[in-house]
Amino acid sequence: MMGLENHEAQLYASREEMESLVLDDDDDNNNNGTNPSSRSNGGANGDGSQHHHPLSPSSPFAEISTTDDDDPLLSSSSSSSSRHQNPSSFNSFLEPPSYADAVFRSFDGDRGKQINGHGATSTSSPSTGSDYLKVSVTDPQKEQDLNNSLVPGGNSFVTYLITTWTNLPEFNGTEFSVRRRFKDVVTLSDRLSDSYRGYFIPLRPDKSVVESQVMQKQEFVEQRRMALEKYLRKLAAHPVMRRSEELRAFLQAQGKLPLMKTTDVASRMLDGAVKLPKQLFGESVVSAAVDPDDVAQPAKGGRDLLRIFKELRQSVINDWGGTKPPVVEEDKEFLEKKKKLEDFERESSNVSQQAESLVKAQQDIGETLGQLGLAFVKLTKFESEEAMFNPQKLRAADMKNVATSAVKASRLYRELNAQTVRHLDKLHEYLGVMLTVNNAYADRSNALLTVQTLLSELSNLSIRIEKLEAAASKIFDGDRSRVRKIEELKETMRVTDDAKNRAVREYERIKENNKKELERLDKERHDDFFGMLKGFVVNQAGYAEKMAGVWEAVANETSGYAKSSLMK
Amino acid sequence: MITTQRSPTGGGGGGSQSPRSPSSQPPFLSVSVTDPAKMGNGVQAYISYKVITKTNLPEYQGSEKIVIRRYTDFVWLCDRLFEKYKGIFIPPLPEKSTVEKFRFSAEFIEMRRQALDTFVNRIALHHELQQSEDLRTFLQADEQTMERARSQDTGIFKKKPSDLMSIFRGVQSKVTDVVLGKEKPVEESNSEYDKFKKYIFELEDHLAEAQKHAYRLVKRHRELGQSLADFGKAIKLLGACEGDALGTAFSELGAKSEMLSIKLQREAHHLLMNFEEPLKDYVRAVQSIKGTITERANAFRQQCELTETIKLKEIDLNKMRLIRSEKMLDAEHEYEELKVAGQEATRRFETIVKLMNEEIVRFQDQKTQDMGRAFHEFAKGQARLANAIADAWRSLIPKLDSLSVS
Repeated sequence: MMGLENHEAQLYASREEMESLVLDDDDDNNNNGTNPSSRSNGGANGDGSQHHHPLSPSSPFAEISTTDDDDPLLSSSSSSSSRHQNPSSFNSFLEPPSYADAVFRSFDGDRGKQINGHGATSTSSPSTGSDYLKVSVTDPQKEQDLNNSLVPGGNSFVTYLITTWTNLPEFNGTEFSVRRRFKDVVTLSDRLSDSYRGYFIPLRPDKSVVESQVMQKQEFVEQRRMALEKYLRKLAAHPVMRRSEELRAFLQAQGKLPLMKTTDVASRMLDGAVKLPKQLFGESVVSAAVDPDDVAQPAKGGRDLLRIFKELRQSVINDWGGTKPPVVEEDKEFLEKKKKLEDFERESSNVSQQAESLVKAQQDIGETLGQLGLAFVKLTKFESEEAMFNPQKLRAADMKNVATSAVKASRLYRELNAQTVRHLDKLHEYLGVMLTVNNAYADRSNALLTVQTLLSELSNLSIRIEKLEAAASKIFDGDRSRVRKIEELKETMRVTDDAKNRAVREYERIKENNKKELERLDKERHDDFFGMLKGFVVNQAGYAEKMAGVWEAVANETSGYAKSSLMK
Repeated sequence: MITTQRSPTGGGGGGSQSPRSPSSQPPFLSVSVTDPAKMGNGVQAYISYKVITKTNLPEYQGSEKIVIRRYTDFVWLCDRLFEKYKGIFIPPLPEKSTVEKFRFSAEFIEMRRQALDTFVNRIALHHELQQSEDLRTFLQADEQTMERARSQDTGIFKKKPSDLMSIFRGVQSKVTDVVLGKEKPVEESNSEYDKFKKYIFELEDHLAEAQKHAYRLVKRHRELGQSLADFGKAIKLLGACEGDALGTAFSELGAKSEMLSIKLQREAHHLLMNFEEPLKDYVRAVQSIKGTITERANAFRQQCELTETIKLKEIDLNKMRLIRSEKMLDAEHEYEELKVAGQEATRRFETIVKLMNEEIVRFQDQKTQDMGRAFHEFAKGQARLANAIADAWRSLIPKLDSLSVS
């Protein structure tokens, strides 16, 4: 996400140092309250009362739930505070195992929560109330491709175990597994793009042009496994995708994936190139028309080069031509929404950048606090080691207090940061979602372009027919060849008209899909962002309160000094 | 304002005495350094400070006096005290500024003013230093007198103490040393003092590191403040283009973030003045002690050298007595002079030792108080900041809740 892994690596290094130092002092810290002799000097702390606010009982820690995310760290510490309401709760709070645990748990919690792939909230759609579709990707294995190897033993690939748990009726069964390779995922993604034009389809993980050697690197495989899992979970969360036959086949069909693989570009072009001369030089004029069935697919990536050229020409006319194309994107609402989403994308991106800076600043201040604490710990040890005067001992004790508090505060910042990253990550996610939206809009534009092209064609044909009829009417009994031509053109026009109607229907369908998806997105965005904001705010407040408690304790213990002011 | 006690065993505050009769009024000397003002132009520009003295001490002219002083005047005072009161840990001065750009920044001027104020007050509170004539000059003399005094001392005074004879003797004894093959510098063999020296040197390192991190912490506060401001602004923009309830939520969050940014900047300043500066002051104090340590070493060396010289002179003299040399009378003179000087050197050294012992106790005590206060301010500031942050975010939660369902 934000290279958090790297942050964590650096932090652990200094953390080791901190923990090894503070641990022995923790016991002393515990005894501080029972050691009034070291505090007999000065006006520092006459009554020796320890004013600990370990975890303010009054503060609503129990209420700190980041939306419905069970924040494991906070809930565990609040329960521990209810068990021991004494200074030693600080120590249990500091104990390395539980701290480390909590950090890791807060990440696993995130993954575990992604049952429906949408991160924090499960308030996305009411239908996910009782039915579920959970997918996990595990157990990468290397396999040999025995058929295609030009180099003996050279062509290996990785397969992953895809396990599904579900109670949806279209699946036969509640728990099953298949093995798939990345190529299968590409196929799935392509098929979905074809079948579900206009939908905001989650983007699949990138292909990488890697050698098989890189493939074997564990890190890469692990990253890919995580990416695949994330992708499949997003699909499983999408109300329409999750019911698709393509997904079902992918998740359940044993053996080879029963989905048509898209042929590569080269052979597509080859096919198209073969067809093109026939189309241009018109063996049959009719064949110059667009195949009505093809209309439901976009031109690009298809085999119909002629169609591609026509639509390209049409788009140029649209952009540069003086006349307005016959059908335009009239839907004002759509255009407004589109602009709004563009603005949203731009501002989100900005916020995301600032969020990263904020996280970095939080991290830095935590680190510096830790270093300051460490420096004071060393100073404390130094002063106490050969203390020749009582004030020294007293000073050393004060210093240790501040030092351990600084270290505590430093850890709190670290935890705060880990959670802040999680929350603000929602923004990053939505930036990714913007890409899927753009794809859906592209589907719409393409469909519109097809319609416009066909309308253009119809208009051209109509003009040609008129001209021929006008010419033919001047000659008695017409011109045999002309009449035949007119008949052919009329036939072409009928086919084209038919295709146009289909194209229009397709366009309308995509428009409808866009609209539905936009509504869905708006609602999810609303819920997700409110969740994110609340989570962020609650998080900040909670940790700030903890830090206040830590420092208030020190302030109280050193309050004696405030009265004896020798300096202004 | 600060009250000073004349005698070390002095009475308490003025509570038990009647305020009417001047004779029974407790003596006090209180100083404040205020109102920094930029004077002059260009390269010659400098900052002047108002030094306000309030006192009832008879040595001072009147009960209140205001003079204008600049940094070099304070340096003059510090140098004079250092020369005259060997053995006492002279309160440290803030550093000369190294970065030209920074010299007139509000922050730097404020830090310097605070440090100068502390400096003068510590002198005024010290039972020995407060009696210094130079202090009186500093606090009362008009600007011209001050300037004259200052320029006088950049001359000969800088080189060595007024006793020119000791220069001479120093040269002499060095020659003697070389002749006798004694190259090794003489040092005290006092294990407790050695421990103290070692302590001071190590302490400086530790303190410097702590101060470094404290300064960084100030910077981090500022950086966090800045990023909160930027974040707030960006999220407000997002809210503006979002509209509706979510837009309002974003805007409110952005506003809170910006507000907190201001609090962070304020805390950064508080941290600088009340935590980092005291630490820096501690470092300076330790450096000043190192100066005193050097003075003690010099005094010890002088005493040793003189002792050696006297011994040798005595041998010479006895030789001369035996052969009834004509130079005997002169030699006797010199010998007597050397003996007086030797006594003086011994006296000086022993004074330093005695003073230092007292000073060490005072130093430890004072530093505990100073650091205690600094820690208190640090903790108070951090708690205040954390509470402000918590309150700000908490207040937003009910708003968010109500917006999310609207």
